[in-house]
Amino acid sequence: MKPTPRSQAPFGVGSTRGPLTRLVAWVDERFPLTRTIEDHGTKYYAPKNVNFWYLMGALSLVVLVMQLLTGLWLTMSYVPTGDGAFASVEYIMRDVEHGDLIRLAHSTGASALFAVVYLHMFRGLAYGSYRKPRELLWLIGMAIYLVLMAEGFFGYLLPWGNMSYWAGQVIVSLVGAIPFIGEGLMEWVRGDYGISDITLNRFFALHVVALPIALIGLVFVHIVALHHVGSNNPDGIEIKDHKDDKGVPLDGIPFHPYCTVHDFQATVAFLFIFCAIMFFVPEMFGYFLEKPNFEQADPLKTPDVIAPVWYYTPFYSMLRATTFPMFGLDAKFWGLVVMGTAILMPAMLPWLDRSPVKSMRYKGLLSKAMLALLVVSLFVLGYLGTIHTTDLTTAIAQVFTLIYFAYFVLMPWYTRVEKTKTPPERVT
Amino acid sequence: MSIEKDATSVESKGRRYFLIGMTSAASVAGAIGAAVPFVKSWTPSAKARSAGAPKICDISRLRPGEMLAPIPAWRGKPVFVVGRTPDDIRRLENEQDDLADAASEDLDRQPEYARNPWRSRKPELGVYIGICTHLGCSPKYRDDEGDFYCPCHGSRFDLAGRVVKGVPAPDNLDVPPYSYLSDTEIIVGVDDENLAAAPDLDDSTERA
Repeated sequence: MKPTPRSQAPFGVGSTRGPLTRLVAWVDERFPLTRTIEDHGTKYYAPKNVNFWYLMGALSLVVLVMQLLTGLWLTMSYVPTGDGAFASVEYIMRDVEHGDLIRLAHSTGASALFAVVYLHMFRGLAYGSYRKPRELLWLIGMAIYLVLMAEGFFGYLLPWGNMSYWAGQVIVSLVGAIPFIGEGLMEWVRGDYGISDITLNRFFALHVVALPIALIGLVFVHIVALHHVGSNNPDGIEIKDHKDDKGVPLDGIPFHPYCTVHDFQATVAFLFIFCAIMFFVPEMFGYFLEKPNFEQADPLKTPDVIAPVWYYTPFYSMLRATTFPMFGLDAKFWGLVVMGTAILMPAMLPWLDRSPVKSMRYKGLLSKAMLALLVVSLFVLGYLGTIHTTDLTTAIAQVFTLIYFAYFVLMPWYTRVEKTKTPPERVT
Repeated sequence: MSIEKDATSVESKGRRYFLIGMTSAASVAGAIGAAVPFVKSWTPSAKARSAGAPKICDISRLRPGEMLAPIPAWRGKPVFVVGRTPDDIRRLENEQDDLADAASEDLDRQPEYARNPWRSRKPELGVYIGICTHLGCSPKYRDDEGDFYCPCHGSRFDLAGRVVKGVPAPDNLDVPPYSYLSDTEIIVGVDDENLAAAPDLDDSTERA
């Protein structure tokens, strides 16, 4: 194999063949180091018009790494048994040096990760990032989101507080709503006749080993897919359509250093906000850490209101809003169906959107109104999911559940009938 | 069959597909076999099963209109043992219009001997699994209202554990198998009718 020519060596080492250049050349003969740095950094071209919303992907990665790090440290002091779990979390909070910081960084990090992931997904909806040729990129992202939800759920049982216990009980009971096999499946998932330390043990294994591995793998293929098709941009047009004679997109800028420096700046700003929350309001008034969870799990006493953490509440609201049986099957089963469908619905977007344009900037009024309604419905359902149900809240939740589904189900219609603007040839 | 034979000939292709098919089938069978221990290890272990052994409850101090406290647990689930007043019993027998399954038509929810208006062996004592049939919360006993109320999603059950209409819970509360050992003691988790199928009482029976 030929050594890489000097001019292609990274870091601009120059013409003298110094030790670093020789080392890089030695590595390049054995591992595609320079080529990888170029393909994914210095010669990977991102659209020059990307904005604030395009920082969320990088931030998701930053928070994921933080979660892996703090999580790893937590396992060093945590005891995954029914007798020991709650006490070990208290031990981490009180007796382990800086244990409280590591634990609160992990619990705040869970909320932060969902926050940036939701913003990242909203960006996709607004600029049509799920459209051809990025369908698979979007689906891999959906898979990451599902694994993340499971990861959050399994992790929530681990502190073995009373809300952990009963939230686990309620969510695992959902499995029991599946006709015929539900009851047996539920027992299989729990490994016991109720949630017990057997369940705790396996959720711990899933939370710290299985799902993190799945997440890292999925994030890797997400990035591979992204770098294959390239980033979308707020105009929703392809920068690869206009290239110079060297094949470089005219509206592209090298990802490194031009995007990395912005991502770094955003990370610093994000960490300011993150630390402020972690230091001063880690419980976030019960939205991040819930009050009943400061009591140990009690299988004989249900908390007065069972509410999941904020990032699940919209879907939990839809579950609770399904109160009527249909086709001879329980309301409970349909609740599961409605919730599951609602979570999976965004995966259908690449095939529901029939608009001639990708970006919200050039779509019509209907699309804009529907997206706004979707956001409103998620906020309303999200709030309703945290409070006690009454007949009124159930009725409101039913209306907003319909609005949520309307965004998706009516999309083939409203994206076709509305009047769209013509996107520009080149990015603005 | 000689080695020189063209590897792409029709005959050779057929042999190749046959071998690929056989190898795939054997691999799939092997994978299924290998999955069995992984799947089975998730079912309740011997420890979980023995912790699910029957439980003896002392009811000598339970008065009508009260629920046994502290709440005993069987298989890790709360067991509601309620004493009923003559007035409660009259209500169970007469006020059935609001109930979704007043006659206990769902046979999985109670043993045969509890298919009666009070869903118990004796009218004055009811024994129920205190787990809401909606999503598994534990309802609260309300002595003033004379019912069980689930705080999670608002389901209500009468004193015989029968669910009222129009709440999220689809079914009546479960009645566990139970028997009277004497006038002052019941055993939950096993009954005379199914004694043969029960685990050995001497080793594992707990007293609440």
